Formats: sequence, structure tokens, C-alpha cells
Amino acid sequence: MNQQDLQAIRAIITRHKRWDMLFGLLGLLALMVGVLTLTVLFADMAIKGASRIDYDFLTNFPSRRAGSAGILSAWVGTILVMLVTAFSAVPLGVAAGVYLEEYAPKNWMTDIIEINVTNLAGVPSIVYGLLALGLFVYKFGFGQSILSAGLTLGLLILPVVIVATRESIRAIPQMVREGAYACGATTWQTVRDHIVPYSSAGILTGVIIGMARAIGETAPIITIGALTFIAFLPPAPYTEVFPFISFDWLTAPFTVMPIQMFNWTSRPEAAFQVNAAAAGFLLVLMTLCMNGAAIWLRYRLRRNIKW
Amino acid sequence: MTIATDVRTQAKAEVQNLNFHYGAFHALKGINMPVHEKKVTALIGPSGCGKSTLLRCFNRMHDLYPGNRYDGKILLHPDNTNLLDEQVDPIEVRMRISMVFQKPNPFPKSIYENVAYGLRVRGEKRRSVIDERVEQALRGAALWDEVKHRLNELGANLSGGQQQRLCIARALATDPEIILFDEPTSALDPIATASIEELVTELKDKVTILIVTHNMQQAARVSDYTAYMYMGELVEFGLTDQIFIKPQKKETEDYITGRFG
Repeated sequence: MNQQDLQAIRAIITRHKRWDMLFGLLGLLALMVGVLTLTVLFADMAIKGASRIDYDFLTNFPSRRAGSAGILSAWVGTILVMLVTAFSAVPLGVAAGVYLEEYAPKNWMTDIIEINVTNLAGVPSIVYGLLALGLFVYKFGFGQSILSAGLTLGLLILPVVIVATRESIRAIPQMVREGAYACGATTWQTVRDHIVPYSSAGILTGVIIGMARAIGETAPIITIGALTFIAFLPPAPYTEVFPFISFDWLTAPFTVMPIQMFNWTSRPEAAFQVNAAAAGFLLVLMTLCMNGAAIWLRYRLRRNIKW
Repeated sequence: MTIATDVRTQAKAEVQNLNFHYGAFHALKGINMPVHEKKVTALIGPSGCGKSTLLRCFNRMHDLYPGNRYDGKILLHPDNTNLLDEQVDPIEVRMRISMVFQKPNPFPKSIYENVAYGLRVRGEKRRSVIDERVEQALRGAALWDEVKHRLNELGANLSGGQQQRLCIARALATDPEIILFDEPTSALDPIATASIEELVTELKDKVTILIVTHNMQQAARVSDYTAYMYMGELVEFGLTDQIFIKPQKKETEDYITGRFG
């Protein structure tokens, strides 16, 4: 190659590299828009709410005086509702995902079901709230209870769990499946011994991400009639006498963190805004903890899985 | 050369007029061949000739996917069960005939659990029985000495050749009547390949072996019988020595001498 050609090639490379750099910068900028907004928002809430976050704030019921109002009933409600959500959405979602991947015949019916599941993830949450109001609250007579709220949010995140289950099942190489079948395993044995254990990391991540979405949902919970002012706790889940476990809390009225926040932000007094910021900070913290747990669990579970 | 005497071994299985369709594609056309007991039978032929397809008929692997159809018979002796009969459960077939795949595919579980899986599937719960069978199988696969102190480690931590021997141990643990090998060394280096080939030759004292290979030298080294396939048809079947030294058909000779394929 002569000197001239070499020069030409170098010029082309320099020109192309400029585009490389340009896109790198643009990408970084795009990333910063999201990350910075979130950080600033979070920091703002933390600073505004910091003065209110103490032990009393966590152990007090809501009050008419901003200074002595707390979020006890809200965070207890949130945790109980999340429990119901997890216990309803996980078995249903995982079973549905496993069925679609491992059992369902590959035909147009399955295709239609698949498309519908994906579409369900896009249904606005208020619609789930209306559905739940008609179905759980009135038809099944669960009332405006923790059970109704948990089931509603369970429905809301069901598509997320199904999709996460299916994606992580698809990541299992076909040859592992064939290996199990070649040993004489039935479909159920293959699912129980291989498919579910190997996809559990992905499923768990999906579940927690779904839960992190559900924890902040306000609209469907308001629709089914969560109360904004609750000055008592649901009945404890354990009893002094046999059988020591009680499910009375399921039917108790309740409130949750986002509703408590919503209630406080709609008050005219500035002191309540501080409360809302503090509650918001704690809610985001809960979400971040859940996402952190998801990352950690995924790491732990995947460590032993290599293809 | 010992042709005449060897031919008279018992057939463990017989393929009779087997046709196989993938949807509209006629993948196997009127195959007839015996699989001799406690011998190694190699299936050779160019890519796409149907050798793996034929192999996977023996354990009904095709049943896992929709749109496949078998016609004809594969009789398993001594009970003359037609493996392809719709009345015969594919799981029963796979419990009698095990398989080793192209790429080592150990489960992401411990070495011990990998080998024990076939027994667990059969509902074996007695720890002592499983322990014993796992050791036996690992010894049979010439892996015991290398792994006996780390049975609880992940199978995936072994080298490629060891993983494949682990898969062979998994296939051996359930005392199968036939073991199917689907190009078992195509993902391995030459040294690991040699160890697998040696193992295959040793195993034929205990079990009938059917092996697909794209490597003709391998077929010549390990097998007693060879079937040459082309375009879904069985072109020639015979003693390996005979196929390689004095093939009856022109096509076989062309393939074996490298003039084709």
C-alpha cells in the first residue's frame, strides 16, 4: 500500500471515530437525564423529609397534627398487602409461565393467549382497580380489605411474573431439557427438577420488580376503597391459643404508604408536605431495598448455574 | 479378516422399514438394519443425511416436538417391543435406552446428582443404592478416580472431556440396554476425543452401542458395524472392516475415500 492510500484510510478512520465519540457522548447524556432526575428527586425528598424521619414517625398513627402524625398503619398495611400480592401472583404467574413454555401445544390458541398476556401488562392500573371493586369487593364479598387490595395488585403484576418466568425458562438451553427427558423424566419431573430451579433467579427478579411496581400503586387501591385515615392496626397474624395463626388481618380495613402520602400532599398545611416527603423517601427506600434484594438473589442463584 | 463369524451375533434391535417425516419433509426413507448386541454400530454419512434423525428415533426424542411422524418399526429384543408403537410410552423407551449428546450437557447440579438423576427419576430413594450405582457408573465412565473426592462439586466445573464422561456415567447409571451417542466428540479436543473413543470400545462388553459420527476415522476405530446413510436412505450396512476395505456400493466407496462428502 502506498503512502497516499494509507493517508486516505487514516482520514476515513478519524472521521468515523468522530461519530463513535459523538454517539458515546449522546448516550451518556441520555443516561444522565434519567439518573440525575431520579437522584435529585430522591435527595430533595430526603432533605425535606429528614426532619420528620425518626422512631416516632414509624410508630405513630396518622394524626390531625402534622407534628405527631406517623405512618405506622401505612407501612404495616403496605407490607401486609404485599404479602397477599406475592402469595397470589407468584404461584399463579409461575404456573402460567411454566404451562405456556413447557406444556402448551404450539398453536394459534397459545399464540392468542401469549399476545393477551403481554397486553395485560399494558392495561392501566385504574382498570384493574375497577375490576377488583366489582369482583373482589362486591361479588366475592371481600370488602375494602387487605385481601382485596393484595389480590388486585397480584392481578396487576401477574403479567410481569408470567413474562419474567417465560423469559428465564427460555434462557435454559434445549439440550439441558433433552438431557432430562433422555434420562426418562416426565414433563413434570423435568419442570420440577430442572426448569423451575434453573429459572428461579430470573423468576425471582421478575417478581421483585413487579412488587416494586405494585408497592407504589395508588389508583387501584383508592378505587377499591382504602381508607386514608386509619388509627388502628389489623389483627395480629398470630394468636395465643391453638392454632396460633390467624387470618383475620386479611379482612381488615387498611391504608398503604402511597395513599398516606397522597392524603398528606392534598392538605393545605405546609407541615404535612414535610410528612409526605418523609413518607415518600421511605417508600422509595423500600423500593430500592427490594431491587437490591433482587440483584443480590439473582447473583446468589446464578452462581451455580453455568451452561 | 473375520467376517463370517462376527455376523452371527444376536441382534439387540432391528429397524424395519422405518420412514420418518418432519412435517412435510421425508427425512428417513425405508430404513432396514439390525443393531447387534454388545457391539458398536456406527452411523456415518454427510451432514443432513439423517443419521442423527435415525438415532433419535431409538429413544423417541422426536416426540418432544410437534409435527413429527414415524412409520415402520424398531423392534427391541428380546421382548420384541416396537419402540415406535404409539401404545409404547416414550418414557418407557427412554428408561431402557439412554443417550449421550453432541455437546456435553451436564445439569447445573453436583457431579453426584448428575449421575444419580436417572435413578431419582425412577423413584429410587435408598441412599445406599444410589451411592453404589453412582460409583459404579463413574467407574464405568473412567471418571471415578478423578472425581471421587469432589462428588459435590458442580458438573460444569469439569473439563469438556470430563463433562462428556460425566454424561456417559449419567447414561450408564440406569443400566440401559442400548446407549445412543450423537457425535459425542464433536465438541472435544483430540485428547479428550481419544479418551471417549477408548471408553466406547470398553463399554461394548456391557452394553449395545449406536454411535453417530461425522468422523470416518472414528467410525473405523470404534465400531464393529457401520451404516452409511445418504439423503435419508441407508446406502450400505455391514461389518466396519468390510465397509471400509471393500464396500459393495460405489457411493459408499466414494464417501469413504473422500471423493465425496
